Amino acid sequence: MSDASHRPKAAKIVIKLLFAACVTGFLIDFLFLSSRFDKHAVFEWENWPGFYAVFGFVACVALVLVAKYVLRPLVMRDEDYYD
Amino acid sequence: MINPLPPQFIFLLGGLLIPLFRGWVRTAFMLFLPVLAFYNYLLLEEGTYWTATILGFDLILGRVDGLSLIFLNVFIVITFIGIIYNSHVRGRMEHFSAFLYSGSALGVILAGDLITFFVFWELLTVGASFLLLVRKTARSLGAAVRYTLVHVLGGLVLLAGILLHIHQTGSTGFGQIGLNGLPGYLIFFGFGLNCAWPFLHSWLTATYPESTAGGIVFMATFTTKTANYALLRGFPGEPSLIWIGTAMATFPIFYAVIENDLRKVLAYSLINQVGFMVVGIGIGTGLAMNGSAAHVYSDILFKALLFMAVGAVLYRTGKTKATELGGLFRSMPFTGVCCIIGAASISAFPLFSGFASKSIIMSAAAEGHLTVIWLLLLFASAGVFHHAGIKIPFFAFFSHDSGIRVKEAPWNMRIAMGLAALACIAIGTFPHQTIYPLLPFEAPVYQPYTFSHVMAQSLLLIFSALAFTLLLLSGIYPSEIRSVNIDSDWLYRRGGAFFYRIFDRSLNGINAMAHKTVVAGLTGALARFAAAGPARLANFLLSGYWALTGKTAQQRDHLRTAVMINLEKGALPVGLAALVAVVVLGVLFFI
Repeated sequence: MSDASHRPKAAKIVIKLLFAACVTGFLIDFLFLSSRFDKHAVFEWENWPGFYAVFGFVACVALVLVAKYVLRPLVMRDEDYYD
Repeated sequence: MINPLPPQFIFLLGGLLIPLFRGWVRTAFMLFLPVLAFYNYLLLEEGTYWTATILGFDLILGRVDGLSLIFLNVFIVITFIGIIYNSHVRGRMEHFSAFLYSGSALGVILAGDLITFFVFWELLTVGASFLLLVRKTARSLGAAVRYTLVHVLGGLVLLAGILLHIHQTGSTGFGQIGLNGLPGYLIFFGFGLNCAWPFLHSWLTATYPESTAGGIVFMATFTTKTANYALLRGFPGEPSLIWIGTAMATFPIFYAVIENDLRKVLAYSLINQVGFMVVGIGIGTGLAMNGSAAHVYSDILFKALLFMAVGAVLYRTGKTKATELGGLFRSMPFTGVCCIIGAASISAFPLFSGFASKSIIMSAAAEGHLTVIWLLLLFASAGVFHHAGIKIPFFAFFSHDSGIRVKEAPWNMRIAMGLAALACIAIGTFPHQTIYPLLPFEAPVYQPYTFSHVMAQSLLLIFSALAFTLLLLSGIYPSEIRSVNIDSDWLYRRGGAFFYRIFDRSLNGINAMAHKTVVAGLTGALARFAAAGPARLANFLLSGYWALTGKTAQQRDHLRTAVMINLEKGALPVGLAALVAVVVLGVLFFI
């Protein structure tokens, strides 16, 4: 059902563009690493290459997993719960 | 020099005149009001306007400074956009309520003393409740009642705080209040309820999705943002706000991920964005509070834009649930593009408004070395893109094709969305020419567009998008389910019913018992005693006398009956009654 081959062409293009953007972004982050040191990053880890990429990815996966497997079983009720 | 007119009264009195007009004349009149208000806003200079003295209190209806000016500006702008969006609505009540609501908000912003402030603060609740009522569904009626009850409670706490504060300080002035003593805490709570703090927030998520397609544009703006204003004015730099704001920024995103109703998703993300503003107020530096003010400005526009896009979907399809929507981009491409612009703005993509405003708060948190707060806010930034930035446009306009084929949104909605979308891009792309000059506090000019900042934000967002895509493709992303997710409103929705049952059983039980014993039992006994008691007493006393005077049993029975009848009917000779009274009084006298 979630198989990419069933998806329309436009969706495939969007997904490919996204992958390309991720790879490019990650590479730029490494290539221009030196240029980051003159910017006044307050925290040390802001200078780690790929910090924001990894943080964004991990944060979102964690968000979805917690929402799905922890919060939903706790709070989900039938739609007419209050009626 | 022209004397400016008070903008709040332009809205409040102008709103009263709306029923006099019909059709396009009414639309023109309604659009004229914000234009007139904005013209008068431009005439305002820092200082005090429109004062009055009532009952010895100095009322200030126009305290004008940098902080009130930026709020006035954005409130009038959003009213203009909201009026355009809603101009197809025929019902006068909805338009009147919108002006009552926005006029009250302007009144709160301009109030220089706590009494004026409180009056307009309460009018806000009235305006918002009317706006909920005009949808005329059972659910919106219930929502309006709950909304009113919660805000009346908050209003009473605020009033108690204000009265104690005035009593303590001897001044009605509305300046920095601070958390010292009971009055400060009561006022803090009153502001916090309207600001949708954690556990006080569910009035927002439970009621906003029940409002009309256009009403929500006003609702999403005024209540929470006037509360932000009040906190900026009364509690700048209050450290507890940092944690309160961080909680607001983080917990709603979990709810937003699993929520099915797209307007409720937006309501949760509204709390998330207000959280960032509250953190800025808590940090309290010029930079941080400028960040809060800037984020209020951009948030009002992008949140309105998102609500308008989902509202247009609601208007055309009658649906707002992710399970029932999807594939609308072919039918409503303009609305879809506007929704994506709103989504990019709330996610703080470079060149969109959130980037120019939210970054100021992030930088202020970093400068204050608030490491944990900064990391949590960064998590919230990634999360907001995930649940609002991607989820809203994706499930409404793309995802699976729901098969719904409708017309594009009406022209007035398209104009309103187009204006808001343009404003989002203008603010994001040219912040130094748009909102930065309006920022009220002393701070160095902020530069959002540095290479490392643009890189950092872009990486954060595209890898969040990557996470969404991979989770969706792998089937891990939680499928949308028709459901209700219980939140703290459970306390008064189900918990309320539970308490109702307990009190129904206990108090009504006591009532029934009291009826049985007191009303039916004791009262009857008293009445019987009052009627027959004296007669029995008299018989009891007299029977001894009769026995001594040698009356026969027959005679005694006869006399007893006569005394009973006379006493029960109160038909004693007056002389005898007077004699008894004298005897009783005499006894009392000697005792």
